[in-house]
Amino acid sequence: MSVDTTTLLAILAMAAVTYVTRIAGLFVADRLVLTGRAKAAFDAIPPAVLVAVIAPTALTTGWAEAAAAAITAFAAFRLPLLATVAVGVASVVVLRTVI
Amino acid sequence: MTMDQANPYRTDFGREFRAGLRDIAPAAIAAIPIGLLFGAVAVAKGLSPAEIALMSALVFAGGAQFAAIETWVHPAPIAALAFATFLINVRHVLMGASLSPKIRLSRAQEFFAFYFMTDESWALSERRALDRPVTGAYWAAMAAALYVNWVASTAVGAVLGSFLGDPARLGADFAFTALFIGLIAGFGRSRVTLVTVAVSATVAALVHHFVGAPWHVACGAMAGIAAAYLAAPEGARA
Repeated sequence: MSVDTTTLLAILAMAAVTYVTRIAGLFVADRLVLTGRAKAAFDAIPPAVLVAVIAPTALTTGWAEAAAAAITAFAAFRLPLLATVAVGVASVVVLRTVI
Repeated sequence: MTMDQANPYRTDFGREFRAGLRDIAPAAIAAIPIGLLFGAVAVAKGLSPAEIALMSALVFAGGAQFAAIETWVHPAPIAALAFATFLINVRHVLMGASLSPKIRLSRAQEFFAFYFMTDESWALSERRALDRPVTGAYWAAMAAALYVNWVASTAVGAVLGSFLGDPARLGADFAFTALFIGLIAGFGRSRVTLVTVAVSATVAALVHHFVGAPWHVACGAMAGIAAAYLAAPEGARA
């Protein structure tokens, strides 16, 4: 059971940042009301980050991954989360053998 | 509650704790395969089972952990990982601000309790707050169930994953991409969301190609957020 020093520091940094976000709301309760464009920008943060994380894998790895991503997106609006993951994994395995 | 009960606090605590367990059960069960998957893929990225369990115990935020592992390189880019974590978790600020006045805890207790805040426990508490106060026991039950569940399932996934070998062989390397697509779909298909997704994806892919990881996350995300700001109608009340 090994723990790399740099990895440990990265984990501690992630943990500290996350804890700060969890308790920061205690200091701004009742004062933080976002409206209009500011609200839209704030609401856009989670999807914007998630998309940015997977965009290289989904779009620039190869045709099999790009096609599997499109199939997964189609399934995502119709199936529960775990079924969507299953469809994505199955389609990439099949597409990698045929493309 | 009547005065003649031997220990009304105890009865209340038990009832509230059981209510919390009952409400969180579906989310906790659904998180098990996700946790196993996280552990298995994290091991394939070169983390040890001890590091994975430590990350789950200390960070305890699925979205941020998924993003970190997907972009993981050795040695770990500490500043880039911290920034991506901040972007993914900054929603907690609004969640905490909204829940804090509705939960029956002292300020000191909240500093401990909110360490365990997740999307699921927050959403269930907000729903419960619509018709009754949210007690510490209710929160504690959800926090304990999700925490033990997440740390255990990711650790087990890490140990099992180290026996599986190359995850690409089973398409498991694509599982995160599929999972993220599923999570993104959960944000709906409004015009602003579609613009956000398109801009973020394009900028992230270009930056990844011309600059390299892990900067595509911050650049793509910031571009997507800016696009949402510009695409939203001025003065809209969402």
